[in-house]
Amino acid sequence: MNVYITACNSINPVFQPDNFSWKEKIETPDVIRFTCKEPDYKAFITDSATRRRMSRAVKMGVAAALQCLADAEVTPDAIITATGLGCLGDTEKFLKTLIENGEDLLNPTPFIQSTFNTVGAQVAIAQKNTCYNTTYVHRGIAFENALTDAILQLGESAVKNVLTGAYEELTDTSFDVQRRLGMFRRGGRAGEGSAFFMLSSETESFCRLKAVNVAFCQEKSEIREKLLAFLCQNDINPDDIDIFISGESGNTDEQPFYDTVENAFPSASTVHYKHLSGDYQTVSSFALWLAVKIIENQAVPAHFLKTGKAEKMDKILIYNNFRNINHSFILCGRQF
Amino acid sequence: MKIVVSGAGIISSIGKNIPETLDSLENKRSGLQPLSLFDSRYRGVLPVGEADFPVSKRFSRTALLGIYAARAAFCDAGLDRRKDEKLRIGLISGTSVGGMDLSENFYHDYLYSPSRGRLHEVVGHDCGDSTEKIASALGISDYIATVSTACSSGANAIIMGARLIKNGILDCVIAGGTDALCKFTLNGFSSLKIVDDKPCRPFDESREGLNLGEGAGYVVLEKEGNRYQSVCCSLAGYANICEAYHQTASSPDGGGALLAMQKAIENAGMRPEHVDYINLHGTGTPNNDLAEGNAVKRLFGEKIPKLSSTKAFTGHTLGACGGIEAVFSVLAIEKGLVFPNLNFKNPIPEHGLQPETDFRKGLEINVVMSNSFGFGGNMSTLIFEKL
Repeated sequence: MNVYITACNSINPVFQPDNFSWKEKIETPDVIRFTCKEPDYKAFITDSATRRRMSRAVKMGVAAALQCLADAEVTPDAIITATGLGCLGDTEKFLKTLIENGEDLLNPTPFIQSTFNTVGAQVAIAQKNTCYNTTYVHRGIAFENALTDAILQLGESAVKNVLTGAYEELTDTSFDVQRRLGMFRRGGRAGEGSAFFMLSSETESFCRLKAVNVAFCQEKSEIREKLLAFLCQNDINPDDIDIFISGESGNTDEQPFYDTVENAFPSASTVHYKHLSGDYQTVSSFALWLAVKIIENQAVPAHFLKTGKAEKMDKILIYNNFRNINHSFILCGRQF
Repeated sequence: MKIVVSGAGIISSIGKNIPETLDSLENKRSGLQPLSLFDSRYRGVLPVGEADFPVSKRFSRTALLGIYAARAAFCDAGLDRRKDEKLRIGLISGTSVGGMDLSENFYHDYLYSPSRGRLHEVVGHDCGDSTEKIASALGISDYIATVSTACSSGANAIIMGARLIKNGILDCVIAGGTDALCKFTLNGFSSLKIVDDKPCRPFDESREGLNLGEGAGYVVLEKEGNRYQSVCCSLAGYANICEAYHQTASSPDGGGALLAMQKAIENAGMRPEHVDYINLHGTGTPNNDLAEGNAVKRLFGEKIPKLSSTKAFTGHTLGACGGIEAVFSVLAIEKGLVFPNLNFKNPIPEHGLQPETDFRKGLEINVVMSNSFGFGGNMSTLIFEKL
């Protein structure tokens, strides 16, 4: 069975959500905190009361998902979402009033909307779709867990199209916590974003999702072995990879892993992106969106290119490392 | 391919292991008691199901309860990392709020000043933390995932575990859920006005809401014949649907619950009359018990199987309940039991369902259905069958 990506949509800190153009000039702000360029949500969530109740995380997730559905023009047979910290803004809002009001007279709305499955549920409600619906929340591999589930769904029963994606919002508190943990002193950057994909086993497209793998290791030598095993399982030679999308964020603790993986692909061009998007738990969803756009446009915007000339853009490997514990590989492209 | 249950582990307010749990169930000893676990305006006031487990300032209770029950399941299945090193073992854990029990302390201090609040309380506050701690305690690294679909998290973790085995990705999976009591969820459900200040009365006409509980429950899933195992039942079927009706309420006619149960029966290749016992979601809220009961009526008609909610024993353990009640389901089959639905007097007039009120033993229980329904309309049903 082949899995195709037939539509995708992202809200991110890099590209304007409206009148999106791959060739637009990308600003490279010298910041450590990246915030999404958000669309006017009126177009996506028409009911103003519903819109008002939704936090930024929910709006970013729901809007990206609904646009992806509109582009794909199919009714999904499964909806699978991923997030590391979920609807953090609402969680904090509820905690704040809980503490300030001494556990009294609390508005339930932020509590209701704080559950991790809010985006998946809101998409289902908006579409009146009762299909399989679940949410993965495991740190740096939540999105990869969701992709794995989506691929399994497509291989089972009557499932033909799966909507899957991820969302993450950066709040003042989570930024503060990362700062106090010293993440930025070590070169890291904080960001946020949402990205949704329609995966299909029946409709072909220019981009195949070939394989997804997660690994847990704390040694560089181990990651090399795991990478080679993953390529071998998928019958891929390192020289076959045209573009390596590296999740390097500038964090000096994580860089040796990225270097190790990059060195395994001497003939590939390397693309990096976290200097423009920042880092977050489900950031590999943005990397996959980037991969689809690179293949679709057959071009890599200059600011994303780290090494190489990106002359061939058929086979892409995405590697992400979350805090040297959660590692993931995503293989996608055309001509597999 | 048959997915069998080769081990089970549980901790909740009615026991720290299976023998204690069964003893409480048989003697109708509820775990609901006035809150004593943490400072709160509800301390000493609201009944909750607290697990008998020491409080740690260093580790989230969600992680600790999870480690405790998952390790019990691991040992119950006779797994040994040295002996079984070739097995690809995964851990799929459900939780609704992860380490919120610690991070709510962080926010308390952080509100005074952004430079305050102990960082170790917030670093371990994400849901994935509890799963990673369990995996590390059991030496599991082949596959890890954390599921969070509110109160159906544990059930959805079990479904994913079974599918990973069926698809040949793993040989063996520890799956279930864990959640600790915390101020966040206690106040959340209170603000929704669905917490009863008396012990909950699931499926009773006078029910007024739920009581919260905490705990963890895990089962070990493997394919039949994977290795020498003493197994009594299989996970014969399952279904996950979203009712797509409302963020927090079920449709009163029970359309979502009906769909989940129907699809699970279909997935198991069964008919409704095969079901011997339903472990209801049965939270004790007016909305759930009306909707779930109506769905049961619509599916089973006049031939209603034995049914009961065990929430008046444990309280509603949120992300853990799918795991805890999966363990109850396995015990029901293994030992031929049906558990009592405490605090039931009069049926709900709209559907008139009569849950079991006595501890029943010596029964032939071949098929058990377990329901877990959550916020967002995420509704899942598991079906266990005697081998």
